[in-house]
Amino acid sequence: MPGHLTSRLAEGLIAIWGVVTIVFLVSRLLGDPAVLLLPIGASEAQLQELRTQLGLDQPLLQQYLTFLLHAAQGDFGQSFQFGRPALSVVLERLPATALLAGSALLIGVLVGGLAGALAAIYRGSWLEALVMLVALLGQATPSFWLGIMLILFFAVQLGWLPTGGYGTWQNLVLPALTLACFTTASIARLLRSSMLDVMRDDYVRTAYAKGLAPRRVFVWHVGRNSLIPVITMTGILAGELLGGAAVTETVFGWPGVGRLIVQAIETKDFPVVQAGVAIVAAIFVCINLLVDLLYTLIDPRIRQSS
Amino acid sequence: MSLLSTLRRQRANWLGLLGGTLVLLLLALAIFGPWLGLPDPTRGDLRARMLAPTISWTGLGAHPLGTDQLGRDILSRIVAGSRVTLTIAASAVLLGGIVGVMLGLVAGYFGGWWDRLLMRLVDIQLAFPLMLLALLVVAALGPSLHNLIAVLALTSWVRYARIIRGQVLSVREREFVQAVIAMGGGNLRILLRHILPNVLTPALVVATLELARIIVLEAGLSFLGLGIQPPSPSWGRMLADGRTYIASAWWIITLPGIALMLTVLSVNLLGDWLRDWLDPRADRS
Repeated sequence: MPGHLTSRLAEGLIAIWGVVTIVFLVSRLLGDPAVLLLPIGASEAQLQELRTQLGLDQPLLQQYLTFLLHAAQGDFGQSFQFGRPALSVVLERLPATALLAGSALLIGVLVGGLAGALAAIYRGSWLEALVMLVALLGQATPSFWLGIMLILFFAVQLGWLPTGGYGTWQNLVLPALTLACFTTASIARLLRSSMLDVMRDDYVRTAYAKGLAPRRVFVWHVGRNSLIPVITMTGILAGELLGGAAVTETVFGWPGVGRLIVQAIETKDFPVVQAGVAIVAAIFVCINLLVDLLYTLIDPRIRQSS
Repeated sequence: MSLLSTLRRQRANWLGLLGGTLVLLLLALAIFGPWLGLPDPTRGDLRARMLAPTISWTGLGAHPLGTDQLGRDILSRIVAGSRVTLTIAASAVLLGGIVGVMLGLVAGYFGGWWDRLLMRLVDIQLAFPLMLLALLVVAALGPSLHNLIAVLALTSWVRYARIIRGQVLSVREREFVQAVIAMGGGNLRILLRHILPNVLTPALVVATLELARIIVLEAGLSFLGLGIQPPSPSWGRMLADGRTYIASAWWIITLPGIALMLTVLSVNLLGDWLRDWLDPRADRS
């Protein structure tokens, strides 16, 4: 088990390194930061001086190694926009994104889980048809469009909730619902089909045959076994939530990491882009390590095989 | 098995058929759109700005779905947009599919270092939020049609590569492949003639589901200002443009969104049906 975890950890670190490297290389294609930082009409000498100062006159490989060395210590350089360390700019925005993505994931797991389980238990009924229809629609709706429609209806027409902003629970409702839509629909569909698969298995029939109460069979036999694919999916969805938050955050003016990265890409603020994407990737890797650990708690077979 | 499961299968067929029909209709619209005699989707008429939809039981009117902020006919823009959106999405699916299938074949067949390299690449790709990757690359390379297709394909190849790799691992051990290896068949020949045909069906299912995902992703990129540039009317572009006017002209943003949603829904229905139909495990139901 520790060996398995170590190798997963190593794989996670390689993934983060790869992401950071890609961001570094692509950032270098975005344009010359010196031109962007200095006012228009700056002399070539001034430009050259700033490039030297930023280390942009060195060969690319040298720049990359310096970058990597500093990044490993959490130093992504100063933000061009804010004039402060890029990492702290990103970390300041992290709670907002964590709150939004966390709420969305919670809604997704609770509502999606309940809907999916009900659809599987009452298979063939109108309830299953309704859940599946709504879930199909939910998966087909682009999140930003849904967000705008929710703003149009609840904020502009009814005036119940604010169109955007951050601070109170009223601000959280619409963005969280928007971001949760796809997750909820995916979890509902996956849990339903996973439960239907498990319900056909022999040990479930055995459990019924030996006279266990149906509720107990559902919770202990079907429930636990059908959770494995759902947990895998939730880990992957958590990553998509963090990335997809960029769009939702932009729609609602939510001060999170996603919107920060989008703005940093627009203003070519490389240090913030690099720090932001590295943090998001690191969180994704951590979540999936956690998912790996959860497997072993839920399914003893996995514990023994690894 | 029982009457109930037969009914369930029938319903799945019915939904798949509905999805397939809608997709075909949409394709026809995208292909034959220019010959429908609709107003020019790129020419505005400032005297006819932001007209509300006039479609009703009594007739269609000059602009059935209304006009946008520049007085352009929304119906013809949705039709023209289907062409742009589907061209981008289908090209990206094809490109991502070819790259993903090739890499999956090589990794699954040769194993060893190739396989380990691919799996690490997959890890990197998974840890990189797709929307941010797409944004970054489009921002670096510029939002031209070709770059957009390349970026969308870049976010897509992983899904093919993983599925194909898994399939190849099992097909490689089957007797007919082992027989060709024993007869001394070349690797290229084995891969293309014997393994590829046996792993293409899952790739087809992935492609259908990817088409839906890419349409949504393209719309998201357009919304953030990095999609296809005007005057080409992609749906994402129309949604992005309409956002400014949500309080005064709801139809500008609502109608292309509904078109997008229906498209993604029908492609998903088709994909689900294909998966159930082609997946041997589904035979048990």
